[in-house]
Amino acid sequence: MIDTARLKAWLRRYAELIHVHKDELTALDATIGDADHGTNMDRGMQAVLHILGDEEDANENIRPAELLKQVAMVLISKVGGASGPLYGTAFLRMAQAVGEKEQLNEEDIAQMFAAGLNGMKERGKADLGDKTMVDAYARAVSALSSSLAEGFPLKESLAQAISAAKEGSDQTIPLIARKGRASYLGERSRGHRDPGSLSTVYLFEAALVFAGEGEINHA
Amino acid sequence: MLEQGMDTPFLRPVGLVLVSHSQAIARGTRELAEQMAGGMVPIRDAGGTLEGAIGTDTMRVIAVIQDVLKLAEVAIVLMDLGSAYLSTETALEMLDKSFRSRVRLSTAPFVEGAIIAAVTASTGASVEEVLKEADAARFLPKQ
Repeated sequence: MIDTARLKAWLRRYAELIHVHKDELTALDATIGDADHGTNMDRGMQAVLHILGDEEDANENIRPAELLKQVAMVLISKVGGASGPLYGTAFLRMAQAVGEKEQLNEEDIAQMFAAGLNGMKERGKADLGDKTMVDAYARAVSALSSSLAEGFPLKESLAQAISAAKEGSDQTIPLIARKGRASYLGERSRGHRDPGSLSTVYLFEAALVFAGEGEINHA
Repeated sequence: MLEQGMDTPFLRPVGLVLVSHSQAIARGTRELAEQMAGGMVPIRDAGGTLEGAIGTDTMRVIAVIQDVLKLAEVAIVLMDLGSAYLSTETALEMLDKSFRSRVRLSTAPFVEGAIIAAVTASTGASVEEVLKEADAARFLPKQ
């Protein structure tokens, strides 16, 4: 079962991945956007780290929903670009989806991610093929749900979700952007990966900690 | 009521909120619109990030909407680019329901829309009229 402490481990891992890949995300955004995705996400996730407190901190009294809501507020207030409201809305909807639960099972996790996807799609008015984070996120969500439904354990299902997200991110490369600043480039947005789709891959990669994987990586 | 100006306890029918990625654009557009409205319309700007960099700040959008709603029945929000729209919609989701129902979003061109909305609102026009006039700003000839 996944409790608040485990959700915190996920967020710490996500902050770490964003921090490590900050320059890569910003470089991608420099090509087709406003060159701030890595910096913005890193600023947001560092602020999230701040509210998570120490790893040894026994102060895990808050419910998962409360934690997710706090994360949403931090992202919305600290990430200056469109990613703030987009990820922020995803986390707000995740918080609603987990409701009053203290512990989340595999199904709850799948539903949590699915609710986040709906929030993100609604906020960005984006769908598959628009060359956005949705291209990675939607594929990850459906891979996760169908793998769990087929009876695979969480670890394998998350691995499926991660490869689906990566595939979705790869598929943004030949697309013409239809949303955001990149859409002003039209044809010229072809041939470049959408930076948001990559930060979404890391969100799912970090989620391996739900299956007790990849928690400590100080490489 | 119109003659009583903004220091009356009466709410004006319409106030404006200007959301831009740039603090300078938001501020400058507000100054321009205020001059045209002759002080008859509450207008607030929310431009740039908290640090004054290029971007939008949802929390500031929330704060200025609440500010305008202290002075006007309805706040019309104008936004410059896509993610200003995203931030504003997020702000709406986070606002209290009683406030949310008093906010309208305009997709009018930012500068021209703000000026026309301010001028129209200063005549005491209704929200619908202000929205319609602001929207027509996209067809406004430059000369």
